[in-house]
Amino acid sequence: MDTSTALYLTMLIPTLAMAGNMVWKNQENLRDGITFICAVLTFACVLVILCNVGNDTTGPYELFDVVSGLSISFHVEPLGLMFAIIGSGLWIITHIYGVGYMRGNNEQHHARFFACFSIAIAAVMGIAFASNMFTLFVFYEILTLSTYPLVAHKGTPEAVKGARTYLSILIGTSIALLLTGVIWTFTIAGTLDFTKGGILEGKIAPTLLPVLLGLYAFGIGKAALMPFHRWLPAAMVAPTPVSALLHAVAVVKAGVFSMLKVGIYIFGIDFLASTGASEWLMWLAAYTIIAASVVAMTKDNLKARLAYSTVSQLSYITLGMALATSMGALGGGMHIAMHAMGKITLFMCAGSIYVAYHKTEISQMQGLGRIMPITFGAFLIGALSIIGLPPLGGSWPKFLLMVGAVDAGHQIIIGVLMVSSLLNIAYLLPIVGRGFFRPATDGKLPKTFAEAPLLVWMPPAITAAGCIILFFYAGSIQDFLAPIVENSP
Amino acid sequence: MSATEVHHVAKTFVDHLPILQVVIPLMSAPLIVMIGSRKLAWLIAFAASAASFIIACLLLSQVIDGSVISYHIGGWAPPLGIEYRIDALSALVLMLISGIGTIVLPYAYTSVKAEIPQRLHTLFYALYMLCLTGLLGMVATGDAFNVFVFLEISSLSTYVLVSLGASKDTRALTAAYDYLIMGTIGATFFVIGLGMLYMATGTLNMADLADRIAEQGANRTVQAAFTFIVVGMSLKAAMYPLHHWLPNAYTYAPSAVTTFLAATATKAAIYVLLRFMFSVFNPGFHFEDWTLYLIFIPFALLAMFAASFVAVFQTNLKRMLAFSSIAQIGYMLLGIAMLNATGLSASIVHLVNHGITKAALFMGAGALILYSGSAFFDNLNGLGRKMPLTGATMVAGGLSLIGVPGTAGFISKWVLVQAAFENGWWIIAIAIMLSSLLAVIYVWRMFEVLYLTAPDEGCTATDPPLPMLIPMLILAVSCIWFGFDTELTLGSARVAADGLLAGSAGMMAH
Repeated sequence: MDTSTALYLTMLIPTLAMAGNMVWKNQENLRDGITFICAVLTFACVLVILCNVGNDTTGPYELFDVVSGLSISFHVEPLGLMFAIIGSGLWIITHIYGVGYMRGNNEQHHARFFACFSIAIAAVMGIAFASNMFTLFVFYEILTLSTYPLVAHKGTPEAVKGARTYLSILIGTSIALLLTGVIWTFTIAGTLDFTKGGILEGKIAPTLLPVLLGLYAFGIGKAALMPFHRWLPAAMVAPTPVSALLHAVAVVKAGVFSMLKVGIYIFGIDFLASTGASEWLMWLAAYTIIAASVVAMTKDNLKARLAYSTVSQLSYITLGMALATSMGALGGGMHIAMHAMGKITLFMCAGSIYVAYHKTEISQMQGLGRIMPITFGAFLIGALSIIGLPPLGGSWPKFLLMVGAVDAGHQIIIGVLMVSSLLNIAYLLPIVGRGFFRPATDGKLPKTFAEAPLLVWMPPAITAAGCIILFFYAGSIQDFLAPIVENSP
Repeated sequence: MSATEVHHVAKTFVDHLPILQVVIPLMSAPLIVMIGSRKLAWLIAFAASAASFIIACLLLSQVIDGSVISYHIGGWAPPLGIEYRIDALSALVLMLISGIGTIVLPYAYTSVKAEIPQRLHTLFYALYMLCLTGLLGMVATGDAFNVFVFLEISSLSTYVLVSLGASKDTRALTAAYDYLIMGTIGATFFVIGLGMLYMATGTLNMADLADRIAEQGANRTVQAAFTFIVVGMSLKAAMYPLHHWLPNAYTYAPSAVTTFLAATATKAAIYVLLRFMFSVFNPGFHFEDWTLYLIFIPFALLAMFAASFVAVFQTNLKRMLAFSSIAQIGYMLLGIAMLNATGLSASIVHLVNHGITKAALFMGAGALILYSGSAFFDNLNGLGRKMPLTGATMVAGGLSLIGVPGTAGFISKWVLVQAAFENGWWIIAIAIMLSSLLAVIYVWRMFEVLYLTAPDEGCTATDPPLPMLIPMLILAVSCIWFGFDTELTLGSARVAADGLLAGSAGMMAH
């Protein structure tokens, strides 16, 4: 199969999965089976692209022209390919988990749920392979709109309110700020193609550059940079598979992925470094890292705590871009993969606890570790990876970011990263500690081993193993991503 | 251009297209009244409007390269005879008006049965065709006084069409009366302006007027004429703050009428405004010397913000959409005020895109009302789930109204903001974006009512019958289609904008 066919298929197959869900809405085994096959096929297509292209850049493949100079077109480059691998690979695992969760928990409207989910994946593939900012923006908005019904899924007043916050912040920032920035860029540069080294050099006054960067940084609301982070905790009213794949991986990673794309291919790392336009963004990202961790400590609801942890971790990636050094950008890129694996584990564990015993608050989870050791063991591994301890994947990006900070001459950022690690320990490990070492307060809990259903506890166990495996493959990921910052300081 | 140039050559069918465009719907109206059968009335109306749509397409294909067709009625050469003049702008607007006119008719067949007493049906179709004739005539003609004649034809028929809503809600009568008063004031202003122009120049042919105004420059009579014409047409176009007639007229008119009016009536007025401001008067006349944009921009911004803000608090779906129309007219005026090619093309393309979007939304609203009996949000709970295709139309239209990428509305917004950046008007660009956030709020209110509230117990609503459903879906698909394929809309708008910016020189190009 040639690359362009495989590339279009990565978007077409999830769309077919959506259609399948709409057509066979009442035959749940057939429907979920089709979606599973589609997920596997999508992943296979991404792997075909990987085999064909490796870490080169090919394309662009133009689908069609909308206005002269603006087209829907795609290309393959290392960062996007990595994002596509993560998104489609974790879709398979999350789908298995989602089927177990939705059935185990007696949720309603399964067909609508999996249909929207599939469209969201198609949008993620579009974002990953977009070869210009216009295409990326179109799929970015499709992603927002397709996840809205997922957040509002339960239909309770609380869910509707959360979904409203979700939508108003994401649509608001993208239309008011991001679109303005994109059109501005198009007007001065005459193109929106992602080009190595950026398209803006010499086209814009240095004083205006930070303003344009601000339009992008805040406009990409999915990156959850403070003060536009509130949508993420609000989105936690969604069923847990949504929080796991979309709000720990696909949607938020689409945000920071766009941020890296903009930094590397629109502005250019060198251009940002030489003008210092991104320095303010670096400080804001550092602030978000610390502040969100502090807020996370105050949350008793497990999913809310994880949401704030995500806000904090996303800013690592923004920070990597804002450092404007090649090590920083690489660290940011690698963190997309490492954090995805760690955070999806944590969320799936949270869902597993909810399915088995309907506990949502951390204070109620005492003693649960003894009866659900696999879930809590996976949680521990995921948490350690987020904290950044070897031998877990999460340790490498932190290391690279620190090197990047030294290269940029901002040693104080190392301190920020250290403090953040300590805060991560403070808000993640007590959950595991309570689970294993405190006696259960709830008398109704069983005394012996009693896990959630197989389809619910197995996926987090797999991703937890992934966290360990990734530690040993960090070098390959770094080599794979290296071309994106070639010829940069 | 003198009388000696009159050619007496045999004309082919194609040469007569400009006049057939207007005459076919005009003749169909008396025919409908004379025949008096309801079924035939519909058939004649549909055939006539479909014919005029085909003619408009043929005309557009002839002038899309930037050329101009000049047709002399009865072979009398202008400036003495009446001239019809088709360029890219007029052909595009003709296509919009006749296209919407055609697509509304199948929809009207069912909706009129439900909303208007049977004895008035033939009358309805006759008036509908007269209204279509008037709007098409305003756009096709190259004679200033002819514009007034057709304006009155369309206005008078519109007043009656609005009042036909009275069988469901008697407030339609006061709405029609309001519109009658305001519309007449607007038309009067317009004709006073024409009178002054005639006084100053002695001619009523637009091309000739343009020449003579350029020769004599700005004197007080010409300036006063310009003011009267602009104010009169702004009233018909519902430019904020002259919009007072619009919300009631749109709310209480029968659904088919609202759909037709919302997509075409104000658009034709905007067309006349563009034609006079750019082709009859030179752009330099009012913008460079008068700095007219200083007046236009604040009103446009007021429309965008104030009307959108009011729309957020409406409890009636049709009324909310009406206020949104006023806001969208603000975008078109803003594009005109930018006075560059991109801004003008933004106005023109938005005129078309918004026409399609609003038609889809009002049709959807009409289908909802068919089952709920009223347009109040309280009565529409959960109907989106019960009527999936109608709901989908409202979603497509709503997204296009916001300007979400992949919809027609996005293209307009993109070009408009680009024009603002070209002028260096950062604040205006940001204002456009902020005002579209208000659209997000009111559109989302509609979505939440349609999808997230539980339907009433025992609600039996289903999608409307096919004659209503198909036009609705065609428009919904167009909202998406023109978000990707912009060759027709934006392509023609660019040619039209270049023609306008050439000023009176654009009128002379043959």
